[in-house]
Amino acid sequence: MKQDIILAGVGGQGILSIAFVIDSAALKEGLQIKQAEVHGMSQRGGAVQSHLRLSREPIWSDLIPKGKADLVLSVEPLESLRYLDYLAPGGMLITSATPFVNIPDYPELDKILAEVRRGGNAVIVDSDKLAKEAGSSKAQNMVMLGAASNRLMLKTENLEEVIRKLFEPRGEAMVAMNLKAFALGREAGRAAA
Amino acid sequence: MDREILLADEAIALGAVHAGLSSGYSYPGTPASEIMEYLIKLAERDKGFRAAWCVNEKVAYEEALGTSFAGKRALVSFKHVGLNVAADPFINSALTGANGGLVVVSADDPGMHSSQDEQDSRYYAQFALIPCLEPSDHQEAYDMAREAFDLSEKIGLPVMIRIVTRLAHSRGPVQPRPARGQNELRHGAWTDWTLLPGNARRRFNLLTDLQPGLVRNAERSPWNRLELNPQDRSLGVIAAGIAFNYLQENLAGASFQPSWLKLCVYPLPEALIRKLVEHVETILVLEDGYPLIERSIKGIFGIPGKKVVGKLSGRLPATGELTPENVRKALGLAPLPARTPADLKLSGRPPQLCQGCPHADTLNALKKALESYPKPNVFSDIGCYTLGALPPYSAIQTCVCMGASVSMAKGGAEAGIHPAVAVIGDSTFGHSGMTGLLDAALADTPMTVFILDNAIVAMTGGQPSCATGAGLLKIVEGLGAPKDHIRVITPLPKNLETNARIIKEELDHPGLSVIIAVRDCIQETRKKK
Repeated sequence: MKQDIILAGVGGQGILSIAFVIDSAALKEGLQIKQAEVHGMSQRGGAVQSHLRLSREPIWSDLIPKGKADLVLSVEPLESLRYLDYLAPGGMLITSATPFVNIPDYPELDKILAEVRRGGNAVIVDSDKLAKEAGSSKAQNMVMLGAASNRLMLKTENLEEVIRKLFEPRGEAMVAMNLKAFALGREAGRAAA
Repeated sequence: MDREILLADEAIALGAVHAGLSSGYSYPGTPASEIMEYLIKLAERDKGFRAAWCVNEKVAYEEALGTSFAGKRALVSFKHVGLNVAADPFINSALTGANGGLVVVSADDPGMHSSQDEQDSRYYAQFALIPCLEPSDHQEAYDMAREAFDLSEKIGLPVMIRIVTRLAHSRGPVQPRPARGQNELRHGAWTDWTLLPGNARRRFNLLTDLQPGLVRNAERSPWNRLELNPQDRSLGVIAAGIAFNYLQENLAGASFQPSWLKLCVYPLPEALIRKLVEHVETILVLEDGYPLIERSIKGIFGIPGKKVVGKLSGRLPATGELTPENVRKALGLAPLPARTPADLKLSGRPPQLCQGCPHADTLNALKKALESYPKPNVFSDIGCYTLGALPPYSAIQTCVCMGASVSMAKGGAEAGIHPAVAVIGDSTFGHSGMTGLLDAALADTPMTVFILDNAIVAMTGGQPSCATGAGLLKIVEGLGAPKDHIRVITPLPKNLETNARIIKEELDHPGLSVIIAVRDCIQETRKKK
């Protein structure tokens, strides 16, 4: 049993927080983990991705080989398309519908979403709407983690426990908001499947 | 002790602390910064050792060398190009030797994710005649950091750990072991540490005499592992560091199983390589960075009756990093079936200056001031502002190495470029810009130096700057920049006209000017809120 996940988004969208929650929950469950991430120059408002590998067996490569990913989870629709060749045939694409436009030639959103749907097995979540419903647009990363949580080989309560621990230093309101974002995302992910 | 999930950078830091570290020194640089960040975090918990950012890598290395002289264990870490800056003490420390364990971590960046070259630190270890350990995973990163101190004290030499971006910035499980205590204070012998020719010749002979023993150490190391397949004598693979992971990833489920040598300890384990080469017809070398192993075993004449393939032969790309895919191809395996890429032009999303970044305002004012000159040139440096080379700014024309902006502007000005402008950040100025400015001040060269004082090392994640605020101003004055031509501006959109006018005045000054643009990094301002 293994799960190879590409996390995608734009620098500053909280990809590494998603990775942290999944890593920590996996550690709790005694799984093998490798997670390659992007730091430094490539972070500043640019495309970022993280390769996250979970398995009951030892994991070799830090990078997911092209064709082996079970899931692309993206906090941004254009970014979700950048890593399609990592997906195994029949792999799943879960993306936010909310574009992050910081480049002059951002493609039309309809075309992006049509492309997301083209391969089938796609879940599109209005993460901005749900995050705002939870309390802040900044919680989109937790919405998307929630949307993916239905498919992860991890117990939901373990994910929630890590979220609690991650946001605890910033107060109980932050914890509640992010847990709500997670729950709304989880619901939306289930409904969309 | 519990299993932890750590970046390999952090695993090295933890291993060093558990090995009885007394001091860690570093200068920020991707992909090495997280080593010191983690050391500082650990030092805050346990006040028993020192962990500090230094002015530059040479200073960091020398501070570590002083610790080693005192008989205590020191770790010095930086990115690969940082070793260029520290090369002088590094090479000579192989002659002085290590008294307390001395471990140097050089983090290479194959593929240049965040660097200006992809030089291979293993050559530096070879050059200095010291051992090099190259971890393939997180547990090895931790274990090797511990082992490196033991080895250093056993052979009396500094030991290098070479790591690459993909491992440095990957998280994985580490099982730590109980920590041991630090060394007692014990001075080094002046006859070893004073490299007068008489001492240095003796020490150099000793260093060369140690070499066969270092090879034997590599041959016996459990991290260099040879597996010969008696059923298949066609292919043997030498896989260094994380290349071993890409090899195993691709061999899972493959129709053939080549013999292999996992190579993680240098100098090259000659006996193991010889055994592999004797066993097979074709040797494929997988190594991140330059083809050090491939070139060494192939030499000029090759191996009669054998084929050596890798980066040199063209079996693998000569540049860029190894990936599971290019290793797969080199093994002759068909690509895995994958979903087809998007049938839509995916606009690139390059990194850019943050919204509200003070550098943007300085660059805009500079561009405005330069409008009336036919052929100006802006020499720049290493930092976030290097992104000013890209649209919409297109404001700088060079970026070479730490501090080069100031000295290159002087050379450019003396060759006839006008205006010759240097743009450098506060921390980069402290690192390597000061000496260039002293030179320019002595000659009163007609050039304008911008120091962008955002009070932080921003690009690498907000480490403290060594030359900022009032201290920076004093440094600039002290180096001899003419007082009337040291100007301080506040880079803000509303100050565009004023700043452009001040800049223009200094561009027209027929001698040295220094303009200090003072405004905090926007990321740090946000963090403070």
